[in-house]
Amino acid sequence: MARYQLDARRLLCPMPVIRAQERVQSLAPGDVLEVLCTDPGAANDIPAWCRINGHRVVNIDDLGDTLVVTIEVGDT
Amino acid sequence: MNRQPKAISLISGGLDSMLATKVVMEQGVHVEGINFFTGFCVEGHTHAIRQKDRDRVKRNNALWVAEQLGIKLHIVDVIEEYKDVLINPKHGYGANLNPCQDCKTFMVRKALEWIESRDFDFIITGEVVGQRPKSQRKDIMPVVARESGAGDRLLRPLCAKILPPTLPELEGWIQREQLHDFSGRSRKPQMELAEHYGFKEYAQPAGGCCFLTDEPYSNKLVDLWQARGERDYEFDDIMLLKVGRHLRPRPHFKLIIAREEGEGRFLEGYRRSFTSLSTLSHNGPLALVDGKADDNDLELAARIVARYSQGRDAERVQVEVRDAGGSCRVMDIAPFLAADIADAWRV
Repeated sequence: MARYQLDARRLLCPMPVIRAQERVQSLAPGDVLEVLCTDPGAANDIPAWCRINGHRVVNIDDLGDTLVVTIEVGDT
Repeated sequence: MNRQPKAISLISGGLDSMLATKVVMEQGVHVEGINFFTGFCVEGHTHAIRQKDRDRVKRNNALWVAEQLGIKLHIVDVIEEYKDVLINPKHGYGANLNPCQDCKTFMVRKALEWIESRDFDFIITGEVVGQRPKSQRKDIMPVVARESGAGDRLLRPLCAKILPPTLPELEGWIQREQLHDFSGRSRKPQMELAEHYGFKEYAQPAGGCCFLTDEPYSNKLVDLWQARGERDYEFDDIMLLKVGRHLRPRPHFKLIIAREEGEGRFLEGYRRSFTSLSTLSHNGPLALVDGKADDNDLELAARIVARYSQGRDAERVQVEVRDAGGSCRVMDIAPFLAADIADAWRV
């Protein structure tokens, strides 16, 4: 299992989802991706995208000006 | 066919594509959704930017629809490719800069590329004959099918019974009798079908899901093209057209002035790309200068920005001018009076 980070700050939805989707395609099941976002909509959209595409949101950290959405890549 | 038929459905986030997808799923077809992001989609961006919208539920409707239907959704970035659709529409524009027919053809063509690379069988859209004046006329539908290259692999389940049979019907993958014959602008048949499927909640964009159908937005885009002398744009350009008050006091530059705190925060992220102005002596908005402004222009800009600050009635206001590299200087200027802001400057 490897851990990666994706900087999606300043991007407005759905761009954080699109960037996360692109990145996940190159990862293996079990890998973890931390997505850094500033659009509060990402806190809904990334988990929704994960639910319908078989990935798991491990955690959502609100650091004030940045949200960190942590995804575990599913076996899909 | 020895396997379950597979289709991709263009999911906008509205009711029609939700219903069209469900109709086909009910016939045992494996359906996945696809949503194309052109940069002009209304939902998302404006909600995230403006302070007054920050308390609203921030939901991507296409993702929400896919989740309700229990299907995968692929969101595809087509920002670069979409430029040619918008700048050179073969079939022209609608009431504003909306190239609806070319847009539909483009999206079906992209969906065709997607299914051909993944061994899917056909494409679903939520179109209804006569629902939209430009892109959903009966005479337009075969043109979209032909020009996209999809041909009879394009199925419109909500009005399929009044259109020629398509491949999935001819092959027996789905039963034509279980498709629909909706036509016209009435939403009643869709409401009834939604009721039948138990869909209690759904977005109703009513044609308003694309900024290009919006007249003020289209005017700003035309202004951008005229000022630059070419019909082109970058992604940041079309984002910034959604934000702030746009004033063009001189042909070679315009000001983008935040109208409230949320827009100010958003424009803050562009200060390394543009010269920016903000008032020091009074509370006031952040403004970006788009274009090349000399010292006289910057003084004019500072007086305009001061007009929109809390120092509008003061004799003098200090305005910080920061260039894209971060160098700052302060101008001490007299704010413009309301009458000094010419109507012709408003974009």
